[in-house]
Amino acid sequence: MLTFIALLVLVAFSGAVYALARRRAGALALAAASPINSRPVHHGAYAAVWTAVPAALVLLFTGLLGDRVEETLVSARLPEAVRAMEAAERQVFLDDAISLARGKARSETPYPADLQVALDQAAGEVRALESRMRAFSLAAAAVLALAGAAWGLSRVRAPFRAREGVERWLQALLLACSVTAVFTTVGIVASLVWESWRFFQSVPPQAFLFGLEWDPQSAMYADQVVSEGAFGAIPLFAGTFLIMLIAMLVAAPVGLFAAIYLSEYASARTRAIVKPLLEVLAGVPTVVYGFFAALTVGPLFRAGFNAIGAQLVGGPLNELGLYLGEVQNQMALVAGAVMGVMLIPFVSSLSDDIINAVPQSLRDGSLAMGATRSETVKKVVLPAALPGVMAAMLLAVSRAVGETMIVTMAAGLQAKTTLNPLETVTTVTVQIVTLLTGDQEFDSPRTLSAFGLGLTLFAVTLMLNVVALRIVQKYREQYD
Amino acid sequence: MTDAQVSPPALTPSAAAGASSDGAPRISASGVRVFYGEKQALFDIDLDVPDRAVTALIGPSGCGKSTFLRCINRMNDTIPGARVEGRILLDGEDVNDRSLDPVLLRARVGMVFQKPNPFPKSIFENVAYGPRIHGIATSRPELEGVVEQALKRAGLWKEVSDRLDQPGTGLSGGQQQRLVIARAIAINPEVILMDEPCSALDPIATARIEELIDELRAQYCIVIVTHSMAQAARVSQRTAFFHMGRLVEAGPTGDIFTRPGDSRTQDYITGRFG
Repeated sequence: MLTFIALLVLVAFSGAVYALARRRAGALALAAASPINSRPVHHGAYAAVWTAVPAALVLLFTGLLGDRVEETLVSARLPEAVRAMEAAERQVFLDDAISLARGKARSETPYPADLQVALDQAAGEVRALESRMRAFSLAAAAVLALAGAAWGLSRVRAPFRAREGVERWLQALLLACSVTAVFTTVGIVASLVWESWRFFQSVPPQAFLFGLEWDPQSAMYADQVVSEGAFGAIPLFAGTFLIMLIAMLVAAPVGLFAAIYLSEYASARTRAIVKPLLEVLAGVPTVVYGFFAALTVGPLFRAGFNAIGAQLVGGPLNELGLYLGEVQNQMALVAGAVMGVMLIPFVSSLSDDIINAVPQSLRDGSLAMGATRSETVKKVVLPAALPGVMAAMLLAVSRAVGETMIVTMAAGLQAKTTLNPLETVTTVTVQIVTLLTGDQEFDSPRTLSAFGLGLTLFAVTLMLNVVALRIVQKYREQYD
Repeated sequence: MTDAQVSPPALTPSAAAGASSDGAPRISASGVRVFYGEKQALFDIDLDVPDRAVTALIGPSGCGKSTFLRCINRMNDTIPGARVEGRILLDGEDVNDRSLDPVLLRARVGMVFQKPNPFPKSIFENVAYGPRIHGIATSRPELEGVVEQALKRAGLWKEVSDRLDQPGTGLSGGQQQRLVIARAIAINPEVILMDEPCSALDPIATARIEELIDELRAQYCIVIVTHSMAQAARVSQRTAFFHMGRLVEAGPTGDIFTRPGDSRTQDYITGRFG
């Protein structure tokens, strides 16, 4: 709270510094015979940034790291009796001391008399420490703000290049943002790699990557040795691939053709109606698609296949009839088809933008040759838009591979290596969800295998993206 | 300009309507009006275009010359809200006739645009595009012959014969424009429409295109829209001057440039406006 107020004061103060520096620079500009180097705005911004940024950094850091420093300092001075406690108990004691110091309710742990005294003493120490740290950070921030203001204002001179100073600050800000993104990614990958490495300690990578059996349940019993092959990821990737394939078989042609219709044939009015409608489809939450698949499409498909099966039983295709008669609600086809529908607006919207970006002059050129509209689309517009369309498709593939909800609800949980769309299959993402939800022991291979799957999935999608970029680049070079 | 095939001068629009006395004009427009939505772009254009000659359409920007050009192969169909009235006869057949397929019409009337627009395909495929669509060549050797012939006629063969498989977009602007002309003549059109074909080119490339136009004149009926009076004077045998959506006057190029019948033409060609 105090930090927040201090920040507000700082903002107000730097605003004042901005106005002051700007006015001074304005006066300079009026007085100077030749134009001064930077405009008053830049001088103002320069002074304001020097006032606000260092002080704000100090406030934020003390706010963020204060608790840590406090705990370390207090725990170093705890009485012998407390230090003798177990780590968890000591932590509770410390938390209680801090709660007391801040006037909040402490935990209900009963302490013996001597410890109670120590607790009160520690609370007092914490209080003293906190007020000292608060005073220190406020003082430091104030000094920095004043020094910054003085420095900034002192530099309001005609030849001073405040413009460049402001540019450098902006550049630093932009750099910080991009570094944040990169570090987050690096952090995620590092944690994936680290946990996967732990997983591969207990399950050899080749058994994981090429194993044909996925049955993590068998490792649940504490006394049971993890049977090799129980963590074979092949069935999961086969399931993922199968569902992705079905989804793309639905989404790629339908989405692309919809895009072609919208951009090449539809009148402005049709377009204005159809395009938003398609985009509504993109706004439907995947969980809604999920229960649509599980409760509507699944039973419908099953009824259809069962009916066909009933017709075939007793005929020359008796076997097939019997098989179709036993088809269940949950199958790859249902999940894939519904996922395909989900991806249609994704594909069509991206492709539509890309097709629209093909210059009109190419269409005119082709039409003027006596080509029909469809010949123009097929032979000129689509080839020109191909790199973009490919990229759109690969993005859709990435989404299909990463999609979880629909598959969880409509494809089943049984890991099978099959290309039969009528079987229940399971995907990598679904398994990660089932492995990590609920109460889990966090260092069993069963749980850690989720990281192995995550890492492999990450590697696969990364490869897809690299390939997509390569393809796009190749076409760019050829046709731009 | 000594060409015997130039039809008799039609000095004023009203005169032009009845000027097809020799029966030779390849294209004969009468009462052509074009609307873009509410806005009228062309007012009652009557113009005859002779065969085996170059007819230049000149006039200030927005005067309707490109619009008229696009009427001839019905490219205005591709613009939403465009409406064409009146009659344009190509070999005595109305191009606006409902029964006439614009696709077949465009195969007879080639077009070259302001900015070179080669397709994102190889040089060979660019030229082979039309013949393939219209089934002009059936076998690969035949197709190769057609492509070579078209490139030769467009004066590009020597420059590209060793790299036919390279993208057409990799050529220079002037080469691209000649490639587009080769693409247009590969399907043996009767008429070639050119919409400011040199406006995006440097003077040397422009000179090459003009030479080419002069050579092509022997075989085709060419209509060219140009902003350059000098170009109109150099390449055309007949000139039509458009102003504010109306045809002001049309006639042999020499007459238009030396003895314009209308003061607006006089003002335009002497550079007083436009």
